[in-house]
Amino acid sequence: MSATTETLVDFDEVLTRYEPALGLEVHVELSTATKMFCGCSTAFGGEPNTQVCPTCLGLPGSMPAVNKGGVEAAIRIGLALNCEIAEWCRFARKNYFYPDMPKNFQTSQYDEPIAFEGYMDVDVDGETFRVGIERAHMEEDTGKSTHVGVTGRIQGADYSLVDYNRAGIPLIEIVTKPITGAGAKAPEVARAYVQQLRELIVALGVSEARMDQGNLRADVNLSLAPIGTEKLGTRTETKNVNSFRSVERAVRFEMSRHAGVLDAGGSILQETRHFHEDSGITTSGREKSDAEDYRYFPEPDLVPVAPSREWVEELRGTLPENPTAKRARLQAEWGFSDLEMRDTVGAGALGLVEETIALGAAPQAARKWWLGEMARRANDTGAEIAELGVSPADVAAVQKLVDAGTLNDKLARQVFDGLLAGEGTPDEIIAARGLGIVSDDGALSAAVDKAIEANPDVADKIRDGKVAAAGALIGAVMKEMRGQADAGKVRELILAKLT
Amino acid sequence: MSIDPTRATAAQMADALASGETTSVALTRAALERIAATDGDAEGGIHAFLHVDAEGALAQAEASDARRAAGAPLSPLDGVPVAVKDVLATTGLPTTCGSKMLEGWVPPYDATVVARLKAAGLPILGKTNMDEFAMGSSTEHSAYGPTRNPWDTTRIPGGSGGGSAAAVAAFQAPLALGTDTGGSIRQPGAVTGTVGVKPTYGAVSRYGLVAMANSLDQVGPVTRTVMDSALLQELIGGHDPLDSTSVVEPLPSLVEAAQQGATGDLTGLKVGVITELGGDGYQAGVRARFTEALDKLVAAGAEVVEVSCPSFVHALAAYYLVMPCEASSNLARFDAMRYGIRVMPESNDSPSAEAVMRATRDAGFGDEVKRRIILGTYALSSGYYDAYYGTAQKVRTLIQRDFDAAFESVDVLVSPTAPTTAFKLGEKLDDPLAMYLNDLATIPANLAGVPGMSLPAGLAEEDGLPVGFQILAPQLADDRLYRVGAALEAALEKEWGGPLLDQAPEVATLTSTEGALR
Repeated sequence: MSATTETLVDFDEVLTRYEPALGLEVHVELSTATKMFCGCSTAFGGEPNTQVCPTCLGLPGSMPAVNKGGVEAAIRIGLALNCEIAEWCRFARKNYFYPDMPKNFQTSQYDEPIAFEGYMDVDVDGETFRVGIERAHMEEDTGKSTHVGVTGRIQGADYSLVDYNRAGIPLIEIVTKPITGAGAKAPEVARAYVQQLRELIVALGVSEARMDQGNLRADVNLSLAPIGTEKLGTRTETKNVNSFRSVERAVRFEMSRHAGVLDAGGSILQETRHFHEDSGITTSGREKSDAEDYRYFPEPDLVPVAPSREWVEELRGTLPENPTAKRARLQAEWGFSDLEMRDTVGAGALGLVEETIALGAAPQAARKWWLGEMARRANDTGAEIAELGVSPADVAAVQKLVDAGTLNDKLARQVFDGLLAGEGTPDEIIAARGLGIVSDDGALSAAVDKAIEANPDVADKIRDGKVAAAGALIGAVMKEMRGQADAGKVRELILAKLT
Repeated sequence: MSIDPTRATAAQMADALASGETTSVALTRAALERIAATDGDAEGGIHAFLHVDAEGALAQAEASDARRAAGAPLSPLDGVPVAVKDVLATTGLPTTCGSKMLEGWVPPYDATVVARLKAAGLPILGKTNMDEFAMGSSTEHSAYGPTRNPWDTTRIPGGSGGGSAAAVAAFQAPLALGTDTGGSIRQPGAVTGTVGVKPTYGAVSRYGLVAMANSLDQVGPVTRTVMDSALLQELIGGHDPLDSTSVVEPLPSLVEAAQQGATGDLTGLKVGVITELGGDGYQAGVRARFTEALDKLVAAGAEVVEVSCPSFVHALAAYYLVMPCEASSNLARFDAMRYGIRVMPESNDSPSAEAVMRATRDAGFGDEVKRRIILGTYALSSGYYDAYYGTAQKVRTLIQRDFDAAFESVDVLVSPTAPTTAFKLGEKLDDPLAMYLNDLATIPANLAGVPGMSLPAGLAEEDGLPVGFQILAPQLADDRLYRVGAALEAALEKEWGGPLLDQAPEVATLTSTEGALR
């Protein structure tokens, strides 16, 4: 790994001399029932090579036929990204040899993408960045290689296995124009773009868009140019960036690394880099260079895609609310402050909070759980908040129990512990852990009596009218009840007994 | 009058089956016996077949006879045996494309045309020899040895579909399927004295046809008569959802067109002789027979005029860019990872996937295939794409315009199918350019997607070998080929006193050990 010998420049210092330019290529795996060019199932997790046919295996003589659902999803994504939709476009062959490519060419689009010239407004800390969208095009996924051996990578593998279940699953590749002018916010802009793009994709209902399952894959292009120069610098393309947080870290690392190379008078090699989740660094990919000649030409087995304007307008009518307008509406409905809203969006929790509220939780309670509790836990484990294993339905159910007096906040946290540990539903966890609040008067009364007896001085103060002293007795009772008591009820009992 | 079970036409066989005079088993057995007696192998005999499926064909024949006995619905050719070019995928039958690369590969699926043959009850006799991956004009590029011309076994049967044409000419099969990318149905038809049709691009499904050049390939019939081709094309044609390029609109009836033509009346028909496809480079005997055939058309009431298609002179050059570009990409999948042969590189204990791919492709592909892969890869390379592929596509457009303009003034265009009669085996093997020139007259139709037919025009004076007459029609007007072809066939057979193939020398029968059923 050559990275160990590289000089990294402190992030703030990078910004004193260089202006970063970002470019993001996001692959979205569509959740169509069948593959892009054949009728095979796209279900995730099947036994290897069970969801295949002559076409997606590229058997001699097989031919592709376009999945209309894939085209529809591509157009809707294009429209949601404010793109123009091609009146006529073709698929093209991208030729290169690789064992997980059944035909040794990928059916993709080249100079005639289905959608082009759009933009997406991205909110970063209350500021809006307009990210230009160069194009969104349709293509097919490749098979999945597993390299068996000590390294787990192709170098040093004993042998490799290929699963073609994934081959032919429809992908939409969304490519931004160079994003300049973000300066110090470049890492956050990159992250926010991917995050908000994911929200948009989910709202469109065209993909599960889970980064951990590879439904959404981001390649991060970055270049630096000396401040004041017009021309963009040489870029690197970082792959294997599997979380929102990694997008930000990858940009940050590459900025520091590029600056180190440029400061030393070196030049950046235009190459593919590989991001390492554990160390947060990138290393040279070398497997595929940008200079490779893909010998694109129009796919002769497919007729051009020519969506009628009527169809495009019909699809425009199915678009979800514009994300920026939607955020403003929700903020007003929920009564969140600007800061609360920004934090919610920044944590990638907007959709989760929205769903939780829709399931009956009060807005502030929903925000409190997701941004207080869940965001902290996600941060502790380095996971994405959406991927913790706690659903909006879980949070709404817990909050309902709090509202009903069955749980207090402290007990609720224990329920979340149980959820994260996979102990079952909130009800099951409460039963198994014995977490319900005790409101049985007999048990409480005995505990109160015990507390009065143990703290005669405090009891006297209350008898003398110093009601505020009750807090000490309540604490003692709660301790005795291991927190499983309704504090209000305890207070009532103490006052009834002593006044 | 009872029919000869191998020499009868498919239409006659169908009639004899319908009248109960014969059975599908009898016809199929006769064909299999004829194959066993005459086909031989790479060393001798016709060698039209790479695989013969006697058991499967007889089982299909029995099933057809049983359906007929039970009064079940039957197709017009139900029970008539057929041979299939080895470039079409057949479940349970090897499909090698004449290449070592696919030695032993048995597809798990049927090409749409094969599925349609099976559904229509035609017993499949076996798979016919061809130039490797359909690349050639002589069938000498087959990795399994050449096919020999039944008219003269020292000569080529044309290519790439020499196996299908020779099987039909040698009375081994009444019907065969071929594929035509630049003339691979029509040129073998011309040099073997058979009828071959390249339908309108998209009129017949390509699903299951191992592609050489997807934008040019088309499946079509190889038969002994125009009517038989009409029957077979109607059976295999029509829209297929598995082939996005297949046309949705139905063609006019081809059988009716052939019946109408057979009356011999072409009054009002305008025939255009293509100036650019004749003259220099065309054998004298070919030109003579072609001119006499024109006289027959005039005698039938047609008006014959000369039409210039100036862009046709660039057709060969454009073809040898478009075809290799597509072929280089199509053939990339043969990499030893999933099917076909696998060759491990020498002196390497744990080779990379790339090294295995390289060794396999080096050993598995023949020289002509490698030549076209290299041509195509080069032409598609960045910096050359516009100059080569781009320009070739523009030439295609010009050729289409020439056709469009010509068909404004004439109903069909005609030319000799091939510039010469069958040449000697080995004669042009070391001269690829001379080999490519064979397809000069057939290529324009593929580049423009229009339909074309070759039918026998007689024997050349100087060598006594068959000459082919080509008819071209506008897209989707395949019926015109059949009308004109049937009229010409009727007029010529009247003069010859019967089919041209009656004049062919008897094919040598091999000794029983040589001819054992393979």
